Amino acid sequence: MNSQGIDNATSILQADNLGKRFNGVTAVDSVSFTVKTGECFGLLGPNGAGKTSTIRMIYGFSPPSSGTIKLFGLDIASQWRLIRARIGICQQDNTLDPDLTVLQNLLIFAGYFRIPRHLANERAEELLLFFALEKKREAKVGELSGGLARRLSLARALINDPELIILDEPTTGLDPQSRHLLWERLHTLRTRGKTFILTTHYMEEAAQLCDRLVIMDQGRILVEGTPASLIEEHVGRSIIEIASPEQEGLRRFLRSHQVDYDELSDRFIIYNNNDAAIEQMIRDGFCSRQCTFRSATLEDVFLRLTGRELRE
Amino acid sequence: MTFGFFTNLSWRFLTVWRRNLVVYRKIWKVNFLVPLLEPAFYILAFGLGFQGLIEGLSYAGQSMAYTQFMAPALIAISIMYNSFFETTYASFVRMYYQKTFDGMMATPLSLEEIIVAEIVWSATKATGAALIMTVVLGLLGFVIFPQGLLILPLAFLGGMAFGAVGMFFTGFTPSIDMFNLPIFLFITPMFLFSGTFFPTSGLPAWAQHAACIFPLYHLVELSRFCCLGLVETNPLISLAYLFSFALVFLVFGLMAMRRRLIK
Repeated sequence: MNSQGIDNATSILQADNLGKRFNGVTAVDSVSFTVKTGECFGLLGPNGAGKTSTIRMIYGFSPPSSGTIKLFGLDIASQWRLIRARIGICQQDNTLDPDLTVLQNLLIFAGYFRIPRHLANERAEELLLFFALEKKREAKVGELSGGLARRLSLARALINDPELIILDEPTTGLDPQSRHLLWERLHTLRTRGKTFILTTHYMEEAAQLCDRLVIMDQGRILVEGTPASLIEEHVGRSIIEIASPEQEGLRRFLRSHQVDYDELSDRFIIYNNNDAAIEQMIRDGFCSRQCTFRSATLEDVFLRLTGRELRE
Repeated sequence: MTFGFFTNLSWRFLTVWRRNLVVYRKIWKVNFLVPLLEPAFYILAFGLGFQGLIEGLSYAGQSMAYTQFMAPALIAISIMYNSFFETTYASFVRMYYQKTFDGMMATPLSLEEIIVAEIVWSATKATGAALIMTVVLGLLGFVIFPQGLLILPLAFLGGMAFGAVGMFFTGFTPSIDMFNLPIFLFITPMFLFSGTFFPTSGLPAWAQHAACIFPLYHLVELSRFCCLGLVETNPLISLAYLFSFALVFLVFGLMAMRRRLIK
């Protein structure tokens, strides 16, 4: 720790020119990023963007085709065992052990880390309480609802008291209540100084949880920044959506005033960036039908950068 | 990466073995019944039903009752089934449907440790079954003691051999139904032609040689050596064969699983 003290203080993970190819298909194409200690770092992108491939390389599940990853200043290729002892991973698939009860899932998992029994018991009890699972301790995993199972997955990922927690789509398929409970717990963990890497499809989630994020597509990183700076830079602060407008006139108007816009089959999306004068002109001239004035969101950035066509 | 599996192995594999034990303890009462009752059924069926038809059976130069000849083979067959089915069907379910291995790979466990633990666990199950069967057959007078207790280390070795070859098949079977193939082409012929239900000395020479390739043949021979004190082969050669078979397929099994799971 000593020699790399300065480095560790700033970055917990460093990925350099990371690449992954499967049978001639490039899943990850030379991406580089760093994750700083104590932050929540988001990996966003449509399906097939290379998020999960990247995550799997980070924790040494799959070896990179090219490039290097260092966590805590250690190389994942040679020191994966030391690294995995210090990270917690909540995988995208449910990998809970269905042959075991809720409590056993935590205790047996603790065994894989060789955590002493008394400490494992202590942590398991804490985690059951923290994720409101204490009433389910003897339940079989197969009997758990999606939300409960995800809470248990997260509890299990914390059994080794990790410094870095990797969450691969932690809230996909959850009901709003479960999702909010999970967010709340993540916030609490953040205040305890944990570092997070998060992949998600929910832009609202990313905007709320992530300090910094990258948007990936087709194996490459398109942009990197804080949610606010990305919104500001790529779509401006405000958006006007106009459903089935009188197209020619609006197009001419936007071009002449040099306002950014996207044209969809049924509506225009106008990146107005809080320009009050433009807004008034549009309101007067083009809002005979349905018009929506709203703040720009990360979702606008995401769709603008990765396109709107379906991926699968 | 080629021989990474030796550097990736540590005693940590016992934590995965323990996981299987914890799961097994919930269902042992039912599983216990199979090795307890199976030999009794076979001895009853073959002893009462078959014995009158078969006379003048001789093994290793000694004439004996048919049940006496068959009993040690029952233990060997049980060792084979217990370990082979564990690392094929049971391991496949854990790997493919339950994603248990994926979960383990998020911890400081290596794939090699997980796979070795599965094979050692299958050998453990085989040993447990062999123990129960030896006791039952011993009570029925088919095992000499204390030599019969040598069955236990033998069962573990045999379990490692069949567990490893089972894991090798698991390494590349596309779906769980496809295990029918190695069972039909590999396990069933062995079950029938390894000197289990009739001495191989009654077979034509080529078939006798062919039987020597079967690991079950050597396991049956050694099992007879433990139970009866009689053997037709050289027990050291049989032991060496089983040991080599176990080692070779342990390596093949690890390679196949690495190819399958590390992507």
